[in-house]
Amino acid sequence: MRITCPHCGERGNEEFAYLGDATVRRPDDAGAARPGAPEFERWMDYVYLRDNPAGRHRELWQHVHGCRAWLVVTRDISTHAIFSVEDARAAALARPSLVARDAAS
Amino acid sequence: MRYSIFSVLREAFNGQRGWRPAWREPDPKPAYDVVIVGGGGHGLATAYYLAKVHGLRNIAVVERGYLGSGNVGRNTTIVRSNYLLPGNTPFYEWSLKLWEGLEQDLNYNAMVSQRGVLNLCHTDSQRDAYARRGNAMRLCGVDAELLDREQVRALVPILDFDHARFPIKGGLLQRRGGTVRHDAVAWGYARAADQRGVDIIQNCEVTGIRIEGGRIIGVETTRGFIGAKKVGLACAGRTSQVAAMAGLRLPIESHVLQAFVSEGVKPLLHHVVTFGAGHFYVSQSDKGGLVFGGDIDGYNSYAQRGNLPTIEDVMEEGFALIPSLGRLRVLRHWGGIMDMSMDGSPIIDRTPVEGLYLNCGWCYGGFKATPASGWCFAHTIARDEPHPLNAAYRLDRFATGALIDEKGSGAQPNLH
Amino acid sequence: MTRSETPSPLPFRLPAGGLIDRSTEIRFSFDGRSYAGHPGDTLASALLANGVRLVGRSFKYHRPRGLLSAGPEEPNGLVELRAGARREPNTRATVAELYDGLEATSQNRWPSLRFDLMSLNQLAAPILSAGFYYKTFMWPAALWEKLYEPMIRRAAGLGRAAEAPDPDRYEKATAHCDVLVVGGGPAGLAAALAAARTGARVILADEDFRLGGRLLAEAQTIDGRPALEWAALAEAELEAAPEVRIFRRTTVFGAYDHGAYGAVERVNDHVATPPAYEPRQRLWRFVAERCVLAAGAIERPLVFPGNDRPGVMLAGAVRTYAHRYGVAAGREAVVFSTGDDALRTARELAAGGVTVAAWVDARREPPDALREAVQELGAPFYPDGAITAVHGRTSIQAVDIRTPLFQTTLECDLVAMSGGWSPTLHLTSHLGGRPVWDEALGAYRPGAPPPGMSVAGAAAGGMTLRECLATGGRLGLEAARAAGFEGTDAPPPVAWPESAAAATLWRGPTGKGKAFVDFQNDVTDADLELAEREGYRSVEHAKRYTTLGMATDQGKTSGVNAVGILAGLRGQGMAETGTTTFRPPYTPVSFGAMGGHHRGKEFRPTRRTAAHAWAAEQGASFVESGVWLRAEWFTRPGETDWMQSCAREVATVRGAVGICDVSTLGKIDIQGPDAAALLDRLYTGTFSTLPVGRARYGLMLREDGFVFDDGTTARLGAEHYLMTTTTANAGKVMQHIEFALQWLWPELDAQAVSVTEQWAQFAVAGPRSRELLARVVAEDVSNEAVPFMAALPVTLPGGVRGRLFRISFSGELAYEIGAPSSYGEALARALMEAGRDLGVAPYGLEALNVMRIEKGHVAGGELNGQTTARDLGLQKMVSTKKDFIGRVMAQRPALVAPDRPALVGWKSADPSVRVSAGAHFLDVGAAASMENDLGYVTAAAWSAHAGGWIGLGLMKHGPERIGETVRAWDAVRGRDTPVTLCAPCFYDPQGERLRG
Repeated sequence: MRITCPHCGERGNEEFAYLGDATVRRPDDAGAARPGAPEFERWMDYVYLRDNPAGRHRELWQHVHGCRAWLVVTRDISTHAIFSVEDARAAALARPSLVARDAAS
Repeated sequence: MRYSIFSVLREAFNGQRGWRPAWREPDPKPAYDVVIVGGGGHGLATAYYLAKVHGLRNIAVVERGYLGSGNVGRNTTIVRSNYLLPGNTPFYEWSLKLWEGLEQDLNYNAMVSQRGVLNLCHTDSQRDAYARRGNAMRLCGVDAELLDREQVRALVPILDFDHARFPIKGGLLQRRGGTVRHDAVAWGYARAADQRGVDIIQNCEVTGIRIEGGRIIGVETTRGFIGAKKVGLACAGRTSQVAAMAGLRLPIESHVLQAFVSEGVKPLLHHVVTFGAGHFYVSQSDKGGLVFGGDIDGYNSYAQRGNLPTIEDVMEEGFALIPSLGRLRVLRHWGGIMDMSMDGSPIIDRTPVEGLYLNCGWCYGGFKATPASGWCFAHTIARDEPHPLNAAYRLDRFATGALIDEKGSGAQPNLH
Repeated sequence: MTRSETPSPLPFRLPAGGLIDRSTEIRFSFDGRSYAGHPGDTLASALLANGVRLVGRSFKYHRPRGLLSAGPEEPNGLVELRAGARREPNTRATVAELYDGLEATSQNRWPSLRFDLMSLNQLAAPILSAGFYYKTFMWPAALWEKLYEPMIRRAAGLGRAAEAPDPDRYEKATAHCDVLVVGGGPAGLAAALAAARTGARVILADEDFRLGGRLLAEAQTIDGRPALEWAALAEAELEAAPEVRIFRRTTVFGAYDHGAYGAVERVNDHVATPPAYEPRQRLWRFVAERCVLAAGAIERPLVFPGNDRPGVMLAGAVRTYAHRYGVAAGREAVVFSTGDDALRTARELAAGGVTVAAWVDARREPPDALREAVQELGAPFYPDGAITAVHGRTSIQAVDIRTPLFQTTLECDLVAMSGGWSPTLHLTSHLGGRPVWDEALGAYRPGAPPPGMSVAGAAAGGMTLRECLATGGRLGLEAARAAGFEGTDAPPPVAWPESAAAATLWRGPTGKGKAFVDFQNDVTDADLELAEREGYRSVEHAKRYTTLGMATDQGKTSGVNAVGILAGLRGQGMAETGTTTFRPPYTPVSFGAMGGHHRGKEFRPTRRTAAHAWAAEQGASFVESGVWLRAEWFTRPGETDWMQSCAREVATVRGAVGICDVSTLGKIDIQGPDAAALLDRLYTGTFSTLPVGRARYGLMLREDGFVFDDGTTARLGAEHYLMTTTTANAGKVMQHIEFALQWLWPELDAQAVSVTEQWAQFAVAGPRSRELLARVVAEDVSNEAVPFMAALPVTLPGGVRGRLFRISFSGELAYEIGAPSSYGEALARALMEAGRDLGVAPYGLEALNVMRIEKGHVAGGELNGQTTARDLGLQKMVSTKKDFIGRVMAQRPALVAPDRPALVGWKSADPSVRVSAGAHFLDVGAAASMENDLGYVTAAAWSAHAGGWIGLGLMKHGPERIGETVRAWDAVRGRDTPVTLCAPCFYDPQGERLRG
């Protein structure tokens, strides 16, 4: 598998480490959330539950044997076709704040 | 027809004309008491034990491809019960006990070969960890021996004892562990289940799960709706998709695990050996090929194939472990879709949907679990409650924290 | 090697022709007999030239077998090549290049190839039907491992693997290109030329030792010249092109994702032993923008009774032996064909003086032109015919031919059969593309090839030379264009029209004798019938049940015939019945090539600390700690046992001063305005309140609430921290921090970098450590200037800037002193020199472990990923006032359950009885059962201070049971020892020494 790091260019997947689903998001209510509380469900979503789709998947990789940037790779996990590779920090800075997300939902 | 040396001899003089199909190819009935989704080892075993142990007569197994087309025919055939944690050891030991009587039970020779499984250790702390595990096994009545370096050498002299980067310091041996001819497991269960009236419906993909009032009423398939009082999912790497049809989101990721077989050679390796300074396991099949594997590739995949870095890594480990293998050739490699759970252990449980049952999360250890998985899943479905052997394999353990994390690597499936 | 001017005297060598060097004779041996051949021969061609027909025995029935093919698809001609540690089992004689001194041995026979007792299996053939072993050997169960299985194992297998470590070297390399061309036949050459002319970087790889493909094997004309001349010009042009690399003897064996291809270059398989400093084989990872697959086609055998007898060969192979190697595969040949292609074989044979005794054509109405051409050769032509029997065992005496009109028996010693050609499309299906049946072609064509791959020539079903040249050139240019290069279309070279017309015949009329589909695994048409009868109806079931296609040739000659036969049994079409897919590798690849240099000590990198040489001088015994080598103890003269050395080292630290290299601990430099905020989120404790110049112990959880790692982190400046991690988790913690900074909290203004390799660090521990340091460090090191948990920059000898931390793992007054790595060794020597009169000695991991156990510090045995802060008695380290990674999940009920095993100390009641880590705790008198399992020993050591075996453990309710006696039950070591539970600290519980 070849992954095009936005910083280093195209490299073999042996240079990268995989973490997993990039669509789950760490809640920021650690103070309130405890098992049994309604906030805890979000933590379950973040730590344990996965859509695991058989198609397009946003996922986190790290160019661990390269520039060490964390990357958001959008990949079809049935065919391994890669649609995009973004710098994770840039993607993280661009995402709406959790407060805004909560208001929207 | 009963299989035996007598039937083989009779047919030898009859031009093999008397053999009958090992299973029927029935059309689906409008409804069943239990529909098992997934015609792999676990699904077929579940159907068999539902019929045999629980006396159910109206059972179907639906399979999207041909029976046994998934992981039951894609693994490295190892069976063992050398587990550490109390949630696991008795379950896998029951599985090994069922393996020990499987062929006579099914009247199908699956070549259960208890040749011994040897886990090598390369550091003192690894040896201590194996001692902990071996003692845990012994506490559960499972055989376990801790070998020193010379005992390992006597058992498997072809390993690299003299120049290894990570010297072999000993090993944990389970003599009752071994290998089983994988395809024969699927076929044996299929035949035995069929003989007990189970309808095995191949080329029948589930496309929807019909639920009314929180209760299952059947499955939509490519061969039409099939009504069911109870539905059991045993679809391994495809579990997330099928469960999503019932609105479930699971602590499961699907990953590719590659397996390998070499060209056949005369007997060379008489045990199952695992390398402790990496991730590599190998045995020699009765046909003569070395059957081996290593780590998962590490990324989500439904592709049933992997990539070169893992292939190289696995074969490097093999070559390092057995330096005389340099000129032996790998014949083919392939991939299976592993239902990797978040703690590395399986789930056999009810679900929030009444009448829907779940059997998944086998990671890359599902083959050895086949008999006990089927046995326990059958119990869970028939009695609507888990058997004590699978009581720890609950779906809610991720919320309660009662995890079964043998490796202690946490909520990251690709590390298990 | 001998030079000889006389024509070869070999009985089956044709008087002229062939791409062999007849002026040079080389010797080789087969089964101990010496033979002659020529450079340019393969082992197979040389054996045939010498009249050796019988080359192997089949897998199950041990039937005598001869060569079927002349290429990599060979199922029969497998030998053990070379001997001893270089023995290579199952080597295909058809692709083994002949070299002087080659040694080959037949395999899977006993006692000899000609007289094989195992061929008695043939008598039992009615019993040994497909899958018979699934139906028997079940009673009694105990006999499987004792009798049946060993019997089967001995009989199975093929050749014998080498018994000694491989003496040859292997390596791996990567090459990038714009266009990878797989196959150096006419299509591949045309593709490579077209791509090369655009200036694209081209890699042309061919498995053969000579480029040309089919052009080597038959008389063809291109642009009015002998085709080989065209090939030579093409090769010369490619050789001269600066961006082209030609890989001969290189098999592209697998297609992987995104243009990655695996290939094996057989660098030195054509010589007896590789020259010094050269590998035997080299694994290539080709990374290609585009790929043109021009792998040709493989001829299909015909399935008829006796089709496996030595002398029944593929027609294409027969002409290859004649044309390329100048070898007659027989004296009198019968052609049995479903198509026109074998005409070239008949002509080639006739030209070589071999009698073409008959042409049996399976087609009812073969083309008249063919009939005339055959008759011109003087051969009788039998349309709508079939061979129904082959007479002879180890060679052919005669064949029975049947047509609707008559039946005859014809003497001959060679059958050249052709069932049509199957495109070599293996690489197209490696990424899941399923071949599609093409009824007109009578073969499977590539389905959806991997992205970036196009298929040219015969591999795409274009069987004529014209099509090969045209599609090769066109697709080569297209591939280069797709990779961003420009070129102009050029007309393809001119080749004569030829007929590739062929029908399909999946099995001939049945008759007496077995008709083989898979030669190597002895699968017959009757076996497939049986599989069908027994319900193994999916193609995959039938293959697995009969083992068809599972042999070393991977079904190259059998797969399509099998689908055809199964389709016939069901009265279905090919497309409905299924397809044949291929898994990598295309041909088997050695462990050596895949393993490269990764074996022995070079299996994985070795990391040595800066002071490694110093430690070695001091008598260190090194032990693997991950990829690091660390000193486990230092043997002094007179010490005979590591425990003596360890005890002395502990005594030195407890009584004077010792030095331990702790450079392998992870060190992470964290700086920035938000460095403190980051650490507060990473650690369970608070680091924002840590004063500059101080260090603090930190505990890190994973997000699931279990303990991840621990270490001491110092604040070197307001916005500058230095974190230490365990050796094992150094890399993982670094990734974890980068994840936190880049993904979880990108708004934090902080940077982290690993400085593990930049800093050497030594523990200086013991009551005289301060005294020693005062001699080495320029600054004041008094208790007031450097109090417990101080962290500060210091000046080392020579003005080197170092760092001093007053931290203690041993429980003594202790420091860790750091220096830039390049000064690490010098610092170790300076410390030793300065402490000579203080009794300083280095100490290793074992002594370190004894002392940390005495102090009750947790380490690897306790930080095993399964423990919580509470389990380890570290709950007080966990803040309840802030968010940190792991906080929420750590509160789950099962993680705070009161009966979770918790950290406890223990002491053996009898000092002479050893207790080891891994023992489980049981109550005295309790039965050994899972229900009674209380926990286990995580660490154990002999403690001179405690006067016995002590240790740590995790035990249910352990902290509540201090003072009680339980058992350390260690069945796998045959021990069961009473131990007394105690607090997990055996030494200076008040911590007075380390603060002194």
